Amino acid sequence: MNFLEEIVNNPGLTEALPTEFGATLQMISISGFFTVLIGLPLGVFLIASAPGGLRPMPVTHRILSDVVVNITRSVPFAILMVSLIPLARLITGTSIGPIAASVSLSIGSIPFFARIVETSLRDVAAGKIDAALVMGSTRMQVIRKVLLPEALPGLIAGFTSTLVALVGYSAMAGIIGGGGLGRLAYNYGLQRFDTTVMVVIIVIIVAIVQLIQLAGDRAMARVDHRNAATAGAGRRRRRAPAVEVSA
Amino acid sequence: MITVTELRKSYRQGGRTIDALDGVSLEVPRGTIHGVIGHSGAGKSTLVRCLTLLDRPTSGSVSIDGRDLTSVKDSEVRSARRRIGMVFQHANLLDSRTAAGNVALPLELVRLSKSEKDAKVARLLGLVGLAEFADAYPSQLSGGQRQRVGIARALAADPTVLLCDEPTSALDPATTDEILDLIRELADTLGLTVLIITHEMNVVKRICDSVSLLEKGRVVEQGPLREVAGSLNGRLVQALLPLPPHIPSGTGPVLDLLTAGGSGSGPVLSELSRRFSLDVTLLAGSVETLAGEQFSRMRVGLAPASEDNAPAEPLELNEVVSHLRARGVTVEVAA
Repeated sequence: MNFLEEIVNNPGLTEALPTEFGATLQMISISGFFTVLIGLPLGVFLIASAPGGLRPMPVTHRILSDVVVNITRSVPFAILMVSLIPLARLITGTSIGPIAASVSLSIGSIPFFARIVETSLRDVAAGKIDAALVMGSTRMQVIRKVLLPEALPGLIAGFTSTLVALVGYSAMAGIIGGGGLGRLAYNYGLQRFDTTVMVVIIVIIVAIVQLIQLAGDRAMARVDHRNAATAGAGRRRRRAPAVEVSA
Repeated sequence: MITVTELRKSYRQGGRTIDALDGVSLEVPRGTIHGVIGHSGAGKSTLVRCLTLLDRPTSGSVSIDGRDLTSVKDSEVRSARRRIGMVFQHANLLDSRTAAGNVALPLELVRLSKSEKDAKVARLLGLVGLAEFADAYPSQLSGGQRQRVGIARALAADPTVLLCDEPTSALDPATTDEILDLIRELADTLGLTVLIITHEMNVVKRICDSVSLLEKGRVVEQGPLREVAGSLNGRLVQALLPLPPHIPSGTGPVLDLLTAGGSGSGPVLSELSRRFSLDVTLLAGSVETLAGEQFSRMRVGLAPASEDNAPAEPLELNEVVSHLRARGVTVEVAA
């Protein structure tokens, strides 16, 4: 049996793969959605409440930044997942399956993304914030009209990295009950020594990551106007025609 | 009109108190341009931050068109700020918006219909000579063009006061002059009261009507340009009308002369030479047009002219000095 026949006849691929592929996409999209929904405001809050920020709140900032974010980030993901199973059951009513796994995936990646948001927003020049304040902006207007749009390329790049990390985490989540490609690879590839399934899954996961990265890079290029060469719409500076240098 | 009275700002730094501003007072009448000049660390930036209420002064007051800014409540700070247009050293444009988008930003903060907003943005960009660059992003503009967008943005909310913080310090000399002339033109046509913070004397020379010299948080010299340039003893005269280094004259007295505008105009030196039979040697000097008047500062060496081997008449220095003073020339005997 050659490799191609093996692929079309392997029940692990023909029957289990479509379901588990769907489960993986489900986990990544649900947790990706909640990561932005909670991580983005959290990152904005971390910047705004920092000393010297738009609305300094030293104590709250310290608790959120040092305690919540750092502790969540320092617990290894596999351990965090297991310890969050009761919480997942409380929220979703079950402790297995992609939806339950999305709870711990979200909680694992929210602090990660919030830190990325914080770093991107911190890179926005203080002068731009001053300019917006001097023209009479409210703090909320500074965030909406200056901080977020100016940091958008960095935020998109950060979200891309977060999604890529989620692909990895979701495979891990699969092994401890989440389902998806991770479980398939573990059940067939590792426990049944089915190399074909293993190889196909690795190829699919690599392809997912490549697609995410590609889409992220494209989206970032569209919104990034910081360099004249890549500023896109508007008036492009013409390059001077190349002049041949003759000896 | 901008009135700053006894403005003080102290910072605590590692247990000691630093007086960044130590009783600064100044007044800029409507439609005029006032320059605040000083070295770095003189308190210029603190002054700007206090004027825009980004920092609250420790004591003293700032008022614009007779309305006190320092006493407004926090909730009213935002509307008070809209009376001030601000131009920054590095323009501080948003990279994510086009030139038109940047100018529109202050207009988005107040309620304005889209058509009104678009018309105003187009008018403002035309005013600064960038009508055709509306869709360009800041990264596609030159430094001078970016600063023009910054000026258009500062004018968007129809302020009566324009505050410029080192507006040309990041620009080359030719662009600097263009931007300064634009500011002068806008001040004249729109009746803006302008305060320019700078460390470049060229800025003061080119467009200011009056000037304050700031040093260690204090104003050490202040006044209309023609006054500070017209006094030989001031601190600013050497900067406004510099005497280049020169070799001292061998013998005879040396005089410092200063002529300003109408006073002391005319052929002062040749008249002097004819009337007192003197050889007048120009040792150093500078001639500048300041606030629309011509100023010249000269250091001259005098010696009795000896014609045809006839014995020279002794030099009557007192007579020479009183003659010059009568002609309206400021005179000081340097040696």
